[in-house]
Amino acid sequence: MKLLAVTTQLLEIFLAVLAAPLLVGWVNQCRAWLQNRSAPSIWQPYRGLHKLFYKDAVVAINASSLFRAAPYVVFSSMVLAAAIIPSLGTRLPFTVAADGIALVGLLATARVFVSLAAMDVGTAFGTLGARREMMIGFLAEPALLMVLFVAAMISQTTSLALIAERLSGGAVVLYPSLAFTAVAFTLVLLAENARIPVDNPATHLELTMVHEAMLLEYSARHLALMEWAAALKLFNYACIGIALFVPFGVATQLQGPVGLAIAVPTLAFKLLLAGAALAVLETVSAKLRVFRAPEFLATAFLLAVLGMLVHLLLGA
Amino acid sequence: MTIPIAPLDASCVLLTAWVVIGLAGLLRPASVAFAGRVLFPLGAVCGAGLALVAALSLATPPEQTTLLIGLPDLPFHLRRDALSSVFLFLLGGASAGISVFAAGYFRKGEGALPGLLCLEYHVFLASMGLVLLADDAYAFMVAWEMMALSSYFLVTTQHRIPEIRRAGFIYLLMAHVGAIMILLSFGVMQGGTWQFTFDAMRSARLDPTWSTIAFLLALFGFGAKAGIVPLHVWLPEAHPAAPSPVSALMSGVMLKTAIYGLLRVSFDLLGESQWWWGLVALSFGLFTAFYGVIFAAVQTDMKRLLAWSSIENMGLIFTGVGITIVFHGLGMSSLAGLALIATLYHCVNHAFIKSLLFLGTGAVLHATGERNLGRLGGLIQRMPWVAWLTLIGALAIAGLPPLNGFVSEWLLLQAFLFADTVPRAFVNMLLPMAAGLVALCAALSGFVMVKFFGVIFLGQPREGSLAQAQDAGMLERIGLIWLALGCFGLGLLPVQVIGRLEFVTRYLIGADLGARAGQWWLLAPDAARQASYSPVVFFGVGSAVILLSFWLVRAFYHRRVRRSAAWDCGFVRLNARMQDTAEGFGQPIRHVFQSFFLVERELPSPFDAAPRYRLLLLDRIWRSGYEPLGRLVRKLADIAALLQQGRISTYLTYSFITLLALLAVVL
Amino acid sequence: MKGIPFDLQILNVLAALLLLLSFSMLAQRRIVVLVNLLATQGLLLFLATMLLAWRTGEHHLYLSAVLTLALKVIGLPWLLRRLIRRLDVYWDTELLINPSATMLIGLLIVVFSFGLAQPISALASTATRSTLGIAIAVILLAFLAMITRRKAMSQVVAFLSMENGLFFGAMSATYGMPMVVELGVALDVLVAMLVLGVFFFQIREQFDSLDLHHLETLKEHE
Repeated sequence: MKLLAVTTQLLEIFLAVLAAPLLVGWVNQCRAWLQNRSAPSIWQPYRGLHKLFYKDAVVAINASSLFRAAPYVVFSSMVLAAAIIPSLGTRLPFTVAADGIALVGLLATARVFVSLAAMDVGTAFGTLGARREMMIGFLAEPALLMVLFVAAMISQTTSLALIAERLSGGAVVLYPSLAFTAVAFTLVLLAENARIPVDNPATHLELTMVHEAMLLEYSARHLALMEWAAALKLFNYACIGIALFVPFGVATQLQGPVGLAIAVPTLAFKLLLAGAALAVLETVSAKLRVFRAPEFLATAFLLAVLGMLVHLLLGA
Repeated sequence: MTIPIAPLDASCVLLTAWVVIGLAGLLRPASVAFAGRVLFPLGAVCGAGLALVAALSLATPPEQTTLLIGLPDLPFHLRRDALSSVFLFLLGGASAGISVFAAGYFRKGEGALPGLLCLEYHVFLASMGLVLLADDAYAFMVAWEMMALSSYFLVTTQHRIPEIRRAGFIYLLMAHVGAIMILLSFGVMQGGTWQFTFDAMRSARLDPTWSTIAFLLALFGFGAKAGIVPLHVWLPEAHPAAPSPVSALMSGVMLKTAIYGLLRVSFDLLGESQWWWGLVALSFGLFTAFYGVIFAAVQTDMKRLLAWSSIENMGLIFTGVGITIVFHGLGMSSLAGLALIATLYHCVNHAFIKSLLFLGTGAVLHATGERNLGRLGGLIQRMPWVAWLTLIGALAIAGLPPLNGFVSEWLLLQAFLFADTVPRAFVNMLLPMAAGLVALCAALSGFVMVKFFGVIFLGQPREGSLAQAQDAGMLERIGLIWLALGCFGLGLLPVQVIGRLEFVTRYLIGADLGARAGQWWLLAPDAARQASYSPVVFFGVGSAVILLSFWLVRAFYHRRVRRSAAWDCGFVRLNARMQDTAEGFGQPIRHVFQSFFLVERELPSPFDAAPRYRLLLLDRIWRSGYEPLGRLVRKLADIAALLQQGRISTYLTYSFITLLALLAVVL
Repeated sequence: MKGIPFDLQILNVLAALLLLLSFSMLAQRRIVVLVNLLATQGLLLFLATMLLAWRTGEHHLYLSAVLTLALKVIGLPWLLRRLIRRLDVYWDTELLINPSATMLIGLLIVVFSFGLAQPISALASTATRSTLGIAIAVILLAFLAMITRRKAMSQVVAFLSMENGLFFGAMSATYGMPMVVELGVALDVLVAMLVLGVFFFQIREQFDSLDLHHLETLKEHE
């Protein structure tokens, strides 16, 4: 049992780290299909990462050691987050050490370090991006926390793995409160991963960028790590959504190795659908003005609170 | 482990030692070396000793003694129990680091003689200790007053500057408003026995109305000291005006004595607490937290920013106290224990974190002479020690794992999460919603800290003179390291800390956390709910992953770096004024929450030859609450001044009339 | 929560979706979308009534469901769209208070309704009694939407949404109203719509716009 748990944990981390750029490639492919153009191959993000890794890093003269260390810290927080999320199985040794609130804290750590690194070189774009990122973050984080709260109140625990286990095996299949929080979670996912309608991941114009502004000064392996971390963040968010709202097929304690063998293709299938759904959402929405983003996220927060109230009323 | 002398006696000895050290400063008042190299380090050692004594004595039963100082019929009663011990630990531990820092900090030209500063400082420390040990209302009020007065003199150290004098005046005024309310509360609590010892108050039985009045008076009296809205107006003035070690002491330790007082009154002195009092405390606390953090986000002075951040944290602590009272009043004892532990943990955490942050700003102020965020920047290059240690404080207060701020936030959120089991109709829905507000305040404090650290230490220097900034001296570094180690310790070893804090909850409300996992590295407050957190494992695995990724990249690829100019999208003429100012960084908050601010704006016209843009964000409560009140008081005083005619015959007439009236009444 | 029968789970989901729709009607600016949301509300009510009819076997609920479909999903939206086309009023750009504040007040209203409903649900004896709070919330939210609007058209849509909430409340508390009451209410609503349609033309002729603050000039004195 212990061996299986450790295997599940390690497999999860490896899968997340290795498959995250593939998810990004898939989303780009879906968007291209919807927009009637041809996309680069789905393996292109890997080639991009490899190219960036072997280049020499060019660092600004006045950049400090925080700037050079931040990509490693951000990447590691995303890897740790992947270890907490029950994408493949629910008996993960590391989830004993960190629960859902720690997960939100980890995402906040990554956000803080990215913003600090952006402010480090002291360019106009960097500080602009840092300010906007924190503006989006300060509303997205409570919204995400409220979404987790509702799930925690239903499953009587804040550990994500146990939430997934109890939701997948419970007698009730349709939770109306989770319907509200699913909408809220989608809004948070779009905001936090720099997707349309909050930010355009494909542009470098300062009118529209938040995420790109913070990566502007990075090059070579630092940029590769930051981009990989961003892809991992999207992967993690997709897996959180899957674990909270459609956790069926996750390998629970009773199932043994067979459960794991089923969980991997199930996860792949769910991610395929999630990527396609994300592409559809991005294609039908228009980008919001920057100061509509807080309203957007306030809606997410209010929906999450509403979900909690519905749970308290209906008991589901 | 037992110590050879009784903890109460040991604490009294250490407090007296502080007073003696302070008085010794008067021996050679003008000598910086004497005060700095000898006296302050001695004070730090006493502080560390006090922390040790307090930590070891948490488990021992309460002891009482009577000192013979005081008036003939009103001696000082002293008592040390688990609640006092926790706050004594806080006092000793934080002040040790602050004293070491102050040893290296105070220099000539500070505005007052070093020896005098030494006296005021150590009397301040001793009076705070006495507040924590007082067992009757008289000793408490004497110590409280001493605390207010000594800190007033410390705040007005640079008394030649008019703003500082004004700040000191407001501080003293609000301190006395609070003290009067506390005094009235004690007066109500003695319940007709006219005995002002705390033992008498414990055994007095008050009927519900009077005990509600006592509680509300105590809430607002201690709230005035803690900086609860609307009695917070002195905090953003006084804390920046004081020298940095004093600000650290005030923010880190003095505000917590108010929490001590509130806990003492609510759970110890008032026998039966009613659950709805907790809702009052909770609402004021939540509003204070929110108000504090949005004002912190728009400040342009680094010490005012930290002062408003203290207001936010005090609001969160009051929220914790409130929810504890709610649970306790409704008989949900294990949840009350959890909430109380979260509150106490946050008090201890905040003491260390805020002291660290204020001391960091002190070092910056000494190195650059600037408090204004618009004239700082890029200091991580020149002052790496201060920068990295302040980063630890900033990350801790933003509530990021695995540091200590996260642990208390985690515990508080756990307590709120299970508030839906409260058996009262609307309350069980509003409390989990309050959790959302707590999360919002935590996220906003992350914003504030990114602004604080980023504008001061990162980026390019905004003034040329910053190139001469020197890093902190050896003593200052030791002080900062002490506090940073405290932050790490409190963050990585929560089980031990909670194990000690449980003595307090058992003593105050008779609850502890129930079944726990029992391992030293895993925090699982309520095994049935299965929420657990292990900072040691978290930190260990996190560091391992960082090192592994670093090593892997280096092994597979390379580590070559070239230095060049900043890219900035190809813009060549980049200067320091193109990065964000403090106002600019706070603009999203100002925009989103603009109804909470009073905005005064001066916009230039398009035809101005020398255009000026001026933006002032003021506190509405000051403008609409205090200024009219001040005008009313002045008007009343003017009316009362009509009595002072200046003629002797008028005054003699007053005496004559009074004499006639007394004769008529008595006979 | 364990052991809720599947059809009741569906009912809970429909109730939650109803609440979501009335919330989104609060901040919606485009009138055509408002009418579509109203029609979807009617559809949800139809589904809920059919499900309840199947579960309890009460035949008058089937009739009620068909009436809902005819009137609320097909009839009234068609009438409204025709009015919109003829009056050429497609946007209600101004709300009285900004959308975030409206949503916040809406949230407080939901808390109030849920708190109110908890003791009342304990007294009712139907299987759907836990959704009573949602019904009250929908009514009050529609009222709030009516208050915070400027254009007459959106106020009417909010009024109809209030009627939807009332219907849902009746269904969850007492398995539907007596048929007579229901037919009477339906007729009233239809007549109200026709009369209001006439009024709108009059208002527009008088003031050249359907903005309601023009009606404020009908005061006694300034």
